[in-house]
Amino acid sequence: MVNMKINGRDITVPEEMTILEASAGAGISIPHLCYLKGINDIGACRVCCVEVEGDEKLVASCKTQVQEGMVVRTDTKRVRDAVTTNLRLILSQHDNSCNTCVRNENCQLQTLAKDFNLLDNPYHKQQLSEKLAQWDASFPLIRDANKCIKCMRCIQICDKVQGMHVWDLAATGGRTRVDVSGNRAVTETDCTLCGQCIVHCPVGALKERDDIGDVLDAIADPEMTTVVQIAPAVRAAWGEHGGLTREQAKVDRLAGALRQMGFDYVFDTSFSADLTIMEEANEFVERLTAGELAEYPMFTSCCPGWVRFVKSRYPQLLGQLSTAKSPQQMFGAVIKSYFAEKIGKSPEKIFSVSIMPCVSKKDECAMDSMKGDGGVPDVDVVLTTRELERLLRMEQIHLETVTEGHFDSLMADYSGAGVIFGVTGGVMEAALRSAVYFVTGENPTVIDFEDVRDHESGAKPWREATYQVGDVTVRVAVASGLSNTDALCRAILKGRVHYDFVEIMACPNGCSGGGGQPIHTDSDERFDRGRHLYALDKDMKLRFSHENPDIIKLYDDYLGKPLGERAHHLLHTVHESAPTGTV
Amino acid sequence: MERLQIEKPREGEKVIEGLYRDIARRITSSPKGLCPVDMTLNFLRVCHAQSCGKCTPCRIGLGQLADLIEDVLDGAADEATIDLIGQTAAHIMDTADCAIGFEAARLVHVGVLGFRDDFLNHATHGNCLYGVEQSIPCMASCPAHVDVPGYVALIKEGRNADAVALIRKDNPFPSVCGYVCEHPCEKSCRRHMVDDAVNICGIKRYAVDHATEQAELSQAEPTGKTVAVVGGGPGGLTAAYYLSLMGHAVTVYEQRDRLGGMLRYGIPDYRLPQSVLDNDIDFILKTGIKVKTGVNVGEDIGVEELKKEYDAIYLSIGAHDDRKLGIDGEDARNVVPAVSMLRQVGEGHRPDLAGKRVCVVGGGNVAMDATRTALRLGAADVKCVYRRRIADMTALSEEIEEAQAEGGNILTLYAPDHIEKDGDGKVSALWVRPQIIGAVGSDGRPSVSNADTQPVRIACDYIVVAIGQSIHSHPFEESGMETRRGAFKAERSSFVPGSGNVFAGGDAVSGPATVILAVAAGKVAADNIDDFLGFDHKISSEVEIPQPVRANFPPCGRVNLRTNDIGDIVNNFSLVSAGMTDEEAAQECSRCLRCDQFGFGSFRKGRVMEW
Repeated sequence: MVNMKINGRDITVPEEMTILEASAGAGISIPHLCYLKGINDIGACRVCCVEVEGDEKLVASCKTQVQEGMVVRTDTKRVRDAVTTNLRLILSQHDNSCNTCVRNENCQLQTLAKDFNLLDNPYHKQQLSEKLAQWDASFPLIRDANKCIKCMRCIQICDKVQGMHVWDLAATGGRTRVDVSGNRAVTETDCTLCGQCIVHCPVGALKERDDIGDVLDAIADPEMTTVVQIAPAVRAAWGEHGGLTREQAKVDRLAGALRQMGFDYVFDTSFSADLTIMEEANEFVERLTAGELAEYPMFTSCCPGWVRFVKSRYPQLLGQLSTAKSPQQMFGAVIKSYFAEKIGKSPEKIFSVSIMPCVSKKDECAMDSMKGDGGVPDVDVVLTTRELERLLRMEQIHLETVTEGHFDSLMADYSGAGVIFGVTGGVMEAALRSAVYFVTGENPTVIDFEDVRDHESGAKPWREATYQVGDVTVRVAVASGLSNTDALCRAILKGRVHYDFVEIMACPNGCSGGGGQPIHTDSDERFDRGRHLYALDKDMKLRFSHENPDIIKLYDDYLGKPLGERAHHLLHTVHESAPTGTV
Repeated sequence: MERLQIEKPREGEKVIEGLYRDIARRITSSPKGLCPVDMTLNFLRVCHAQSCGKCTPCRIGLGQLADLIEDVLDGAADEATIDLIGQTAAHIMDTADCAIGFEAARLVHVGVLGFRDDFLNHATHGNCLYGVEQSIPCMASCPAHVDVPGYVALIKEGRNADAVALIRKDNPFPSVCGYVCEHPCEKSCRRHMVDDAVNICGIKRYAVDHATEQAELSQAEPTGKTVAVVGGGPGGLTAAYYLSLMGHAVTVYEQRDRLGGMLRYGIPDYRLPQSVLDNDIDFILKTGIKVKTGVNVGEDIGVEELKKEYDAIYLSIGAHDDRKLGIDGEDARNVVPAVSMLRQVGEGHRPDLAGKRVCVVGGGNVAMDATRTALRLGAADVKCVYRRRIADMTALSEEIEEAQAEGGNILTLYAPDHIEKDGDGKVSALWVRPQIIGAVGSDGRPSVSNADTQPVRIACDYIVVAIGQSIHSHPFEESGMETRRGAFKAERSSFVPGSGNVFAGGDAVSGPATVILAVAAGKVAADNIDDFLGFDHKISSEVEIPQPVRANFPPCGRVNLRTNDIGDIVNNFSLVSAGMTDEEAAQECSRCLRCDQFGFGSFRKGRVMEW
């Protein structure tokens, strides 16, 4: 511990802290834009500069460690004036058309401009030419180069956490800007669309493609039956910017709001997560018994970011992926077949929307392999949790007054196993719960598979465990984040580790930390969301996918048995490898 | 009529003169990897500001060129723009009235021709052709990429042993390099932008002189693989050291009695005491390397035999053969190659040159070593004869200055013509042809040609030839190794194509170079041999590097090493330069700008924790 003084106050803090952290602990916030602990502590924006006694220049508090006897001032005129200048310089190159920006009222730069009472800017406006700012508007990830403040967070997240190196600096000197690496268009990269760059962008330079218009058109179309499904991880995050407490922001309230908005049917993707388990756990047992997993494990296939990753990085492992479609796509397929039949509508007249914590899902639903008979897509539009927030605002719905509603019948039930699909380890856990049942005919005595849960907030690259499934000892591993995934894949291919079943989620901590989730200044909320999903599971009566009554009915009425012919046709896919350079 | 007056610069002129010096220093220490197009534009802007404005091409043309390049950089141009830039520059070169204009245009013209692809990529993509990134300057320019800011920070805290241990992660010759490294790191030191480069080499010497305990090594489990290293110089021993740390069983074959190669047999003791060299070698050998001295590979044992006996071979033989002058009379007695003379002295045999007149031919570091050694051997008069000017010499300026201070007489612009013998066939004089410096060649060096005067006779008893070295490659050629101009052909991984299991590097591949280049080559070889043997060992250091305490860098003079008062030079091979005092080392360390913490290094291309 070291003793120091900040703005005249004596404090004692751990020696490894930075000035910025020490100040925050003392209730003094220091403005910052580029800083992202452990990932981007590079002192680039120079907005966190403070005065340190004995230093001639102001120092960047985000990357300067505290020292015994250090005397810091964050509140002097010199600091304020210098930081004001840097903010104005950043603003001079920032397209501050705030009222038409997706990050309006959730922008760190906007907040700081307000905090510093910036009412004018003496510097010339400098914006990139149209040519340099051009972007393919059809790609699910959209970048506005003129809003970029070159904080480098996107580069660092993509490099250090995801290991994909999609972003890089382009040009030098005053022309330095962030762009796609290697002189490529983004569509030429192996970007997995994980969206981590978006959720770490302090401003509106990165966002998802906005598909709200298509949804509103469908709702307004009297010919169309609109159906919406809500992903498990959305329930842990959708109320974060709507002024709701976690208790208020129940998924039932969201269901009510969506119905109030005009959706004809509202479902929970946790239902089709249960369906995924029926297929995937059975597939695992079958492949394990057939000896197909002797060399390499079976991998989960519900994360489209991971599927894009494996196609570009490890095509040799593509055959090891479960052939099961993701819960989103399974739900879509069932909606446009079983459900369409039940409500007497043709699939073309059903508009299927899903709300996902994910940007990559926008790409997944558009794949040719995710279309049913006659080329009708299983899911028509994917909205991220953020688009959902915007949609709710557009409809001017007062969320606290919304009546909580249930999900629509036929596919209303869901288990806790389905709910934990939204957090790293959850798919594995759900699958193991049912796999034990499929093999032994009995449910496991301990329902919580603690070893596959991430109790250390991402401290380890991957977690491994062994479980007894009947007579067989099953070796499993779980990774989230693509750098971790890459390390795990390499270890598997080099033969350094052997597993039977591996779960991968592209985003750190899984879908709860998904690239489509609400954005906050720092990124610790992802772990809270994950814990919330586990708590929801714990409170549920129904905790096994195979006990879900609506799932049992679906197989009885329509699908037959898991891995059966109809199930195979509707719920499975072939993962085709992509040509080099594209996914 | 106004009367003449003493001219005095205006205050503003004095300030701008200072700024010119600052900019000159800044430019010479430019970081690696800058965008050539952006730099061209901004050089051009400086040139344009120098224009007096009298003539059209310079006043308007240079500005238009700048605008066009600006379009290129903004991605608002096409190939035609680049052609227009090239043509306009050519016309300005043709029509400008003075050098301010035509030299500025030449700069652009050279660029458009020399890096047209960069121009084109900017025009079409608005980007640099390659991902342009600035690294930590000193680490990037060090061929072995030693963690300079890291060890300087450690030395500043008095942690000399940790500093030496950190250096050993990338270079097992910290002591040697503290004394004789050519320190390319200092050339790009960002401190140039404030005042002058940090004396990195001197700081390193301070650490090795003051480091007491030697840090423990962590060695990988034995792999059961065997590697033969041919040549026990800095490159071979570097490879041997890292391969041994990686768990491979290494045997070094050395043709002479002792290890060290050119460090022992080429560099005189007054620059590198043998005890300093032994310090590094002893540490290297602690890893369990087997050494076979007095074995001449190619003669005593064949390369084919080694290839069979070992899993891999690293050829790191040095350039110990001399180059001939190729003039009449070279066969005279007392014409000696510098390498032979220095080797003999290194072996402990000191010929007596008392009262003799010696001519050393050459202008490199070896020529300086020969000059200074001849003085120590008692020569009455030593002349170093060089065909160009002192400014053109390849020897380090410190070496030249010290050679002169010790009494060496440097005669420039004399090309050897022939050697005169006496009746016994001994040297009696070196005849030289006076030269005139002339046109600058495409390599940027001015050429020399015979001056319009008569040859000059320089009476002497000995001629020491120091005009270059080569490797002794014949025995290897006979066993099928391919060479080009006497050097082995090897890939950038140091693998010798088609050889099966042979790697080669250092002087053996590049021709005579520096210690640190040999070390770097040894590192590359160790890494690739490890991979070739089917492993992926990592070399790392556990030394923790201190955070900078203050970011204050007021301008402060650089500490240069002083010269010891060596008294009577004859037979005195004691060390010439004096190490820094504690006070000097502390001050010099605090001049380091910590580019690992401040600037691009804190973002990317920073510290390399392992390799």
